[in-house]
Amino acid sequence: MSILYCNCTYAKVVPPEVKKDVLRRLSDSGQAFDAVADLCDMSARKDPALKKIADGGCTKIAACYPRAVKWLFHAAGTPLPPDGVEVLNMREDSADDVIKELLA
Amino acid sequence: MSRTEGKNLRVVLYEGPGSTPLADDARFDTLSALLDSGFEVTRPVSGQQVAPADDAPVLVLGLLDRLETPPIVPPDQEVHFRNLAEGDPVEAAREVREATGARALEAWKPWFPVIDFDRCTNCMQCLTFCLFDVYGVDKKQQITVQNQDNCKTDCPACSRVCPEVAILFPKYGKGPINGDVVREQDIQREAMKVDISTLLGGDLYGSLRTRQREARKRFSTERDESKALLERKRCLGKLKKDLDIPDEVLMTLPSAEDIEERAARARAKLAKRQAMSQTVKDTRPAPSETEWGI
Repeated sequence: MSILYCNCTYAKVVPPEVKKDVLRRLSDSGQAFDAVADLCDMSARKDPALKKIADGGCTKIAACYPRAVKWLFHAAGTPLPPDGVEVLNMREDSADDVIKELLA
Repeated sequence: MSRTEGKNLRVVLYEGPGSTPLADDARFDTLSALLDSGFEVTRPVSGQQVAPADDAPVLVLGLLDRLETPPIVPPDQEVHFRNLAEGDPVEAAREVREATGARALEAWKPWFPVIDFDRCTNCMQCLTFCLFDVYGVDKKQQITVQNQDNCKTDCPACSRVCPEVAILFPKYGKGPINGDVVREQDIQREAMKVDISTLLGGDLYGSLRTRQREARKRFSTERDESKALLERKRCLGKLKKDLDIPDEVLMTLPSAEDIEERAARARAKLAKRQAMSQTVKDTRPAPSETEWGI
């Protein structure tokens, strides 16, 4: 199981205290992970890195709404596999809930 | 180089053999600084999974005692090393990005429509509505986002007129346009928005043309410029309010001639699609017994 964290760098739509807390606890956890600046930006650029994430097998993604994440990958031509991907929503859920699921 | 080209630099924050582990604060500060500057960062830990390698250039950052290529980097990969003890991580990443020709970062808000194909019915309302040629149809006659760079930042108007709430703008403030779950009341509300959008007569281009003709007529008969301007302001105000179109976008609406031309192109695309669907329908063989489920 791999972990992907999206920093939503280019807009302030994810509460800053939530994403900061999630990153801090992920960083301190001793867990391996990948972190990207902004999935929307990567989708817009059809960044090949999205393919390696989509092809990487079971993944937990800390980002925003699952529907948005699903179709952002699709828009980049690298749809996420139908199974094995869990999207955690830092726009709506607390840092506690996100990190608990992320590290479970 | 356009927005759709170029490989990003992959920064690997390394704490394995041949390096001194980072203090928690230093690791977090480094990660934050790199992400806030637009870099992609991997923190590998022995025996744990991260995204597989691709052919993007790699920068290994850490308190490096010796240059040890992390196991996640393939042997033939272009790798650069920088010691965190000797400088700023963002500066180091920028320097390597330049040296490797990796994609330069842009200061922009990624704003473009994302289609939810679980909901989209291919009705083409977005294609006929958008004045900036963002949408098109692919070879399968499926609606597609063709010119996303034409999309106007912060304008969600096409998603407001989508009857199925199938167009997302993930950076938008409110649901369901931001990707939040679509609820029954959202569909009803969006349906109302569509009705409101038809306040201009059901066809935006036609309405703009009609309004322009009326405005010209009024202008020529009344010779009252201020009235005409007031009317234009009123119409634009209504569009802004009902469809949440930002002022900047209203200010950059194409000319009437451009709108005419654009509308003709959209109608042609739509007619082609309809003709294609009809042909497919006409030539489709009668369903077999199995297909009928008999």
